[in-house]
Formats: sequence, structure tokens, C-alpha cells
Amino acid sequence: MTPLLKVENISKFYGHRIGCKDVNFDLYPGEVMGIVGESGSGKSTLLNCLAGHLDPDTGEVLFEMRDGAMRDTVTMSEPERRMLSRTDWAFVHQHARDGLRMNVSAGGNVGERLMAVGARHYGNIREEAVDWLGRVEISETRVDDRPTQFSGGMQQRLQIARNLVTGPRLVFMDEPTGGLDVSVQARLLDLLRGLVREMGLSAIIVTHDLAVVRLLADRLMVMKDSHVVETGLTDQVLDDPQHAYTQLLVSSVLQV
Amino acid sequence: MSDYNFAYLDEQTKRMIRRAILKGLAIPGYQVPFASREMPMPYGWGTGGVQVSAATLTPEDTLKVIDQGADDTTNAVSIRKFFEKTAGVDTTEETAQASVIQTRHRIPEEDLREDQILVYQVPIPEPLRFLEPSEIETRKMHSLEEYGLMHVKLYEDIAKHGAIATSYAYPVKVEGRYVMDPSPIPKFDNPKMEMAAIQLFGAGREQRIYALPPYCQVVSLDFEDFPFEASKADHPCDMCGATDSYLDEIIMDDAGNRMFVCSDTDYCASRRKAGHVGAQAAAASVALKETAA
Repeated sequence: MTPLLKVENISKFYGHRIGCKDVNFDLYPGEVMGIVGESGSGKSTLLNCLAGHLDPDTGEVLFEMRDGAMRDTVTMSEPERRMLSRTDWAFVHQHARDGLRMNVSAGGNVGERLMAVGARHYGNIREEAVDWLGRVEISETRVDDRPTQFSGGMQQRLQIARNLVTGPRLVFMDEPTGGLDVSVQARLLDLLRGLVREMGLSAIIVTHDLAVVRLLADRLMVMKDSHVVETGLTDQVLDDPQHAYTQLLVSSVLQV
Repeated sequence: MSDYNFAYLDEQTKRMIRRAILKGLAIPGYQVPFASREMPMPYGWGTGGVQVSAATLTPEDTLKVIDQGADDTTNAVSIRKFFEKTAGVDTTEETAQASVIQTRHRIPEEDLREDQILVYQVPIPEPLRFLEPSEIETRKMHSLEEYGLMHVKLYEDIAKHGAIATSYAYPVKVEGRYVMDPSPIPKFDNPKMEMAAIQLFGAGREQRIYALPPYCQVVSLDFEDFPFEASKADHPCDMCGATDSYLDEIIMDDAGNRMFVCSDTDYCASRRKAGHVGAQAAAASVALKETAA
């Protein structure tokens, strides 16, 4: 099997400070990769480099295009990369308001990606939007409400619907459950797990919440001070952490 | 008159504006930045249109200025006076006589010819502005032809009102490339934009000029199941009886009486001169005869 995403020697520097250094990994179709680490360890920098929001200083991000060819998304032209980011890629922000248009109705938010790739039939767009709202457990009656009238959890689910509507193959998630209370988190995780399995999505999830990766991720990458310190299968890393920092991380989780 | 340089602006400024106009004509629908000058009138009164007109006028030109189709409103009168004073050009109220027509919010009813220039006053040139506040981002969207967002606005209209409720400043796509704001003309005028005359758009505060060369393809955006419709009040003009012109609705009293009249005053007047009479004009002349008798 060929990887969907091949990351080679990605480094990003902010002047003298290091964002992330020499990151390598392969992501296979249908696989969910978790990236954990403390605040400031370079997780978000890495994710933004992979998703094309930041320009990495070294390295390649090879993505398997629909025609099967591996293309470097770092050196690819901007129109191509933007096309990719509204078709094959999706990006779920930590704060839903970063990823949503707050003054556009829920239906319009979901429909935007469809219209961006050329959908021009109102009836079909709306049908699809209602279908996706249903899949993320938002009632059809809320389709014309603005996200400002939604709760935090609903906004986050709406953001997910908006991202998945074009059937992306790779989803980047930056702390998707951050800022939500635990019961809402649990529901969101359950929903995400269902969608990932059902659609066969590949995903890269950045989080500092070990429970999230335990539930969603197949593989785990632990970052500390801009470097990857440990990688492996999620259960393996969490049950038998090798690196001192990972041991600290695992032992810091409160047991209720 | 000799106190001013011809048409108020100095020659260097006019050259700069003409360069922007030529660039705009070369790339139909593209917003060309230009160094807009302070004009002796407030922003929102047509400072962009005035600068474009000033750069376009020659001493032989005949100027017509309309505001919402009318020749006799404050904005139209003051701009016409401005050019009478600073350029000394002939002015007219007749569409056919004019070689340069500056307009706010309307296209004249009468078809324009190849030797005429139509100058629009534009308040906000960026059609994407209300959905995307960042200028950097909207420029990128234009350059990469990412216009999905424009349809989000139309989607919102249908979701809210059951039909595309945008009735003025209706977005158009020019020559299959740039999405353009046709300035706040009613969407009734949109199909007229494929015309013989040169159309120039000036936005003074926003410092942008854009243009449409003659016979340029201008398509109003829509959905397959909600096609574009050039709508107007379903009524004939009460003064001249015209059924094909864009109408203003005028409230006559507090008993619910209203009348519809052509917004293009020159069109209405010339039709009445030719003997056409609308319903209320006919009733008024009958009443007048009765009181005389």
C-alpha cells in the first residue's frame, strides 16, 4: 500500500527559535494519526505546515493526488494548493468561529464548499446541506439559523459538516474538542469516530488531550521542544511509554 | 472659467486617471487602483465618477448627468453645474445629445451608441466585500477566480426570502472572468450592460476604477433552479404609459394612493412630448378641463 501523505524532514524556524524540526512520517489511507505534546511544543506549527497555512523552511509534504501521483504540496502553485484545500483536504479549527462564517446561515456555511467547486443548483445544495446537518446531529429546522445562535458544541459540529461535505480524503484537526465541556466532548468524539470510520477518512489530529487520541488515533506522535520524541501505535505508546516526557505525560492524566 | 484648469483636475492627474481607465478597458471588470484626489464635494457624492468624467471630457463634449435616472435631483444638478463652471462644456438633458453621461444608480432607457461614454459613480467597488472583509483575501480570490462566495450571498437570499432578493448592485461576471459589482443600478438594468457605449466605473473613496469595453459579455450570476430575472414594478408609467421602463413608486397621500413614474425623466418627458399619456396624467388633464369649464 502506498501512503496518502508522506512527510519528509519538515522544519520551520521563527527567526532563531525553532517551530518544529526534522519531522518525518507516512500516513496511510484510512489511518488516523495523533500528535500530542505540551503547549509550545510545535504541534500546531507542524499541522499548519502540513496544511499549507505556513511555509516550511525545509522538507517536503507529498500528497497522493486523485490520479495517483505523489505531489509536493509545499512547492505546488497556490491555486492548486487552494483547490486541494477545498476539495481533498479539510481543516477543523480549534475555535469554530475561525472556520465558520458567522454571519452566514448554517446551510450557507455547509453549502459554501459545494459552491466553491461549482455547484450551481440551489435545491441540490440545500438538500446536501440538510443531509450533512443531520449527520452531525443538527436538526433540519436550524438550517437557516446563523452559527451565532448555536452553542459551542453545535458550532463545532457545524464546522465539521462544512468541512466534510465535499468528501475530503484528508482531515487536519487542531484541538477539535478544546473548549468544550466533557459530555459535549464525548459526543463530538463519538461522532467524529463514526464519520472517520464510515467515510474511510485519513486524519491528523493535534491535541493535548490523551483521551482524544486514545479514542480516535491509530498511531501517535509525541512532540517535545519542537522535536518528535516518540512514535508508535497509540495503545503501545500510551501503555508502555519509553521516553521520559511521554511517561510524564501519561502519568499526568487524572484518574477519576 | 480660466481660473480652473480644464475640468478642474490638473493635467498630470488626468493622465494618471486615463492610464487607469485604459488598463481597466484592457482587463474588463478588473478593479484598477488609482490615486484618487480630494474633490470639492463629499465622498458619496460621486467623487470617483467626477474624476473619471473630468479625465474623459474634451471641450467638444456634451455632458449629461443623472441621479437615479433623473436630471433634476440635487446630485445631478450640482455635478452638472460643477462641469459647466470648471470645463465650460455644453450640457444637456437629452440622452441622445450627450457624448458623456455621468450616472448614479441607473442606465438610461434609451439605447446608447458607440460614440457615447457612460460613467458610473460607485460607492463600494468590491462585490465580495460584505462577505469577506479582508482586501488582501478578496484580491487573492479575484486573481485565483475563486467566486464560490458570491453564490453564498445568493444562497442566503433564497434561504431567507424564497427568491434572490438582491434587487440592486446585482453581481455580474464579465467575459467569463472577473466578478464585478455593477454599482447600485437596479437589476432591471443588468441586461443593458452589454451595450455599444464604453462604460467606466469610478470609486473615489475606495480609489478604484474599472471598465467595460463596448459589447462586452456581462452575465448576471444565478442558480440553475433560480435563474436571474430583470424585475421592475408590474405597472405602466402613470405619466407616459411606458411599459418597458424602470419605475419609481411615489406615495401620493396617506390614504394609500400611489403612482408609478419612469425613473428616467428624459425618457418620460420625450414620450409625453410625442403624445403618449399615462393613466394619471390623463385623469389630471380631464380634471383640469372640468375646473376650467
